[in-house]
Amino acid sequence: MARVTLTSTLGQYTGGLLEVEVEARDIRALLRELAARYPPLAPHLDEGLAVAIDGEIFQDTWFEPIPEGAEVSLMPKIGGG
Amino acid sequence: MSDSDNVRVLKQVGTRPIRPDGVDKVTGRARFGADLVLPSMLSGAVLRSPYAHARIVSIDTSKAQALPGVHAVVTRDDFPDLPSEFVPAGEMLVNYREMSMNVMAREKALYDGHAVAAVAATSAGITRRAIQLIEVDYEVLAHVIDVDEAMKEDAPVLHEDLFTAGVEPAPTKASNIAKRVEFGFGDLDAGFAAADVVIEREFDTQPVHQGYIEPHACVASFTEDGQAELWCCTQGHFVVRAHCARLLGMDVSRLRVTASEIGGGFGGKTVVYLEPLALALSRKAKRPVKLVMTREDVLRATGPTSGARVWVKMGVTKNGTITAADALLKYQAGAFQGSPVQPGAMCAFAPYDLDNVRAVGFDVVSNRPKVAAYRAPGGPISEYGVESVVDELAAAIGMDPIRLRLENAAKEGTKAAYGPRFGPIGLEATLEAAKAHEHWSAPLGPNQGRGVASGFWFNIGGDTCATINLGEDGSIALTLGTPDIGGSRASVAMMAAEELGVPAETVRPLIADTSSLGYTFLTGGSRVTFSSGMAAVAAARNVIDQLRERAAKTWDIPVDAVVWEDGEARPASSNAGEFEPLTLAQLAKDMGKTGGPIVGAAAINAQGAGPSFGTHVVDVEVDRGTGRVWVTRYTVIQDAGKAVHPSYVEGQLQGGAVQGIGWALNEEYVYGEDGRLQNAGFLDYRIPVCSDVPMIDAVIVEVPNPRHPYGVRGVGETPIVPPMAAINNAIANATGLRMTTLPMSPPRVLKALENAALPAAAE
Repeated sequence: MARVTLTSTLGQYTGGLLEVEVEARDIRALLRELAARYPPLAPHLDEGLAVAIDGEIFQDTWFEPIPEGAEVSLMPKIGGG
Repeated sequence: MSDSDNVRVLKQVGTRPIRPDGVDKVTGRARFGADLVLPSMLSGAVLRSPYAHARIVSIDTSKAQALPGVHAVVTRDDFPDLPSEFVPAGEMLVNYREMSMNVMAREKALYDGHAVAAVAATSAGITRRAIQLIEVDYEVLAHVIDVDEAMKEDAPVLHEDLFTAGVEPAPTKASNIAKRVEFGFGDLDAGFAAADVVIEREFDTQPVHQGYIEPHACVASFTEDGQAELWCCTQGHFVVRAHCARLLGMDVSRLRVTASEIGGGFGGKTVVYLEPLALALSRKAKRPVKLVMTREDVLRATGPTSGARVWVKMGVTKNGTITAADALLKYQAGAFQGSPVQPGAMCAFAPYDLDNVRAVGFDVVSNRPKVAAYRAPGGPISEYGVESVVDELAAAIGMDPIRLRLENAAKEGTKAAYGPRFGPIGLEATLEAAKAHEHWSAPLGPNQGRGVASGFWFNIGGDTCATINLGEDGSIALTLGTPDIGGSRASVAMMAAEELGVPAETVRPLIADTSSLGYTFLTGGSRVTFSSGMAAVAAARNVIDQLRERAAKTWDIPVDAVVWEDGEARPASSNAGEFEPLTLAQLAKDMGKTGGPIVGAAAINAQGAGPSFGTHVVDVEVDRGTGRVWVTRYTVIQDAGKAVHPSYVEGQLQGGAVQGIGWALNEEYVYGEDGRLQNAGFLDYRIPVCSDVPMIDAVIVEVPNPRHPYGVRGVGETPIVPPMAAINNAIANATGLRMTTLPMSPPRVLKALENAALPAAAE
């Protein structure tokens, strides 16, 4: 079970919940589970998001494992100049 | 790739060899965007809107097309209407409808300089004449330039289909506010109630241009069978390929893009302007077409970064604990949505370990050119406000500003305001280095002041390919897909050389075109030394594996019994047998006989980019008679993780500081009442020149990034974050005045001095 933190912006689509617990083996499973649980959130999970697992930020990658008890944050994807 | 790599003795990484592209650049051989000439090439030009906001009633190109020598004219009719949706383009999320409308105006021109038509003819003179013959009937509309004005209920609306995202319930009325974002946690009210001092300030920043020396330029060549080649100066030719193919309705495989040498980008060359126009002209003309911007074109029609209104409120206890921090950010996006307000909000309080924090941002369109990325997009704007307020907090409680920062500094385990906890980071190390630096305690003269500020940028990785071809003499060709802006070819080659155990000069790096290497994301996000470095290391290790196999075959022993050390294959131990080592050159000479050519390849999606923090110390002298601010001394201290080629890290640190000096003291767009840009040239839009700045002292701190084989963190963006606040704080230290508007130009500083009626003004 991972503890998932959402940004305030994404919290609009979870009924105000900013922390949820999700059982997911990897990033893709996490996003699928969140989309199923909070359908209004689903369109915002497709693209443009990064996922931090225990502080390390992952972008555009599905199969990064999520360890048991991990602290996960959903955040906007980062670009740069 | 393991952590143990970070502690091994390095022979190439960390040294300062001469860059492989150096001779070409100092002798004029290097070929930039405008340098390519092809047989039968046509000269192109773009007609641009003279109005900030106007409906395009009609465009009559008949006279231009009838002019002898004109081979093609393109307008909005030559570009398909694309659906308004955000779709991935490589690693970017792009609204191609808006990109297409920015490249060529459709029903409306949305800013002074917006492209309306383009022409290709046999000479530049004929092209100019043809441009004059195009008749455009405009219905001029009310325009809006200022961000607060654009947010008003009665503001002229740029897009009737733009509804604010990120608010519930969703608005039913179109506006110029594209998006609202919010980050944070904790209890702000409780945090401010616990503070002994609360300071609240509002700041204005102006849009500033990246100021790359080389204007945009490209050559496109379309053939009768629908294939095309494009040569252009860009930070990412794979991204250019994706964008152009989409805008023109092509398969990416039919478009081959080559990145020229590039005279600066700083984020501004991550998008397309001329490239789709040149391709469309060439498709019509069936001849190559060159398009080159003037400096006026660059300033009128290409993306600066946002100007913004920034409100910051922070509270601190007498003993130096920051108890709450709040920010409201309103960023100009230009004519289409997509300002960097989101990363700006995420960066705002990143240097601090806070329990109660919030940053709210608005993305606002107005009749200006669409903004583009500029080093640490969004970060310098928000952190300018925050770091200025932190300075005031320190003064209010009588604490040294570095000490206040150290008391509250983000460190490993700190939960960032944007969500995750930091891994190993170097903010405290840069602050300690600043405190210990001789600059921090050096005496100041009359009218001089000293300021300090810190800054942060995330850094990224992403899709990256590299190949290594072993030459028959043992020399090495390294092929990369990331255009080299700041010396990355040298740094990446050094990492490959380190792996292979050969001198850096043995590795010849080149940037391949889009048909010669796998998809590679652009040069940006401070990702190249990190990501291309990882890919090059992986490719080198792939080559080493092959070399060990060839040696094992030659010696007829198991491959596990062969190690690669100092550029040669050796038996792993005496148990493996007694064999003379095989050098790289020996193995290369016989590679045909031992199995064929040796090519190493890597295709990775690099993850684990480590964020970079920096701290700047600056001295200024204020001329109280003119308001002119002179930067008299400047020290940049930044965590590089590991400086592969320290000279190029120092160059990034120095360059960021200099661009920040321009942002702080001089640069701004001046629009007239008619919405037209008044200072579209470097004489009036004044970037710093050598005589404006002192030698920038660069101090590299190394807190290794555990996810990179050599500990690398990106360094290119963080150094532009702290300068504006550091200079603001220095001016406050010199004068007692707190400036809240950028740039802090002589008229503005003089006016502030006069308004304050300082006693020193009478000296």
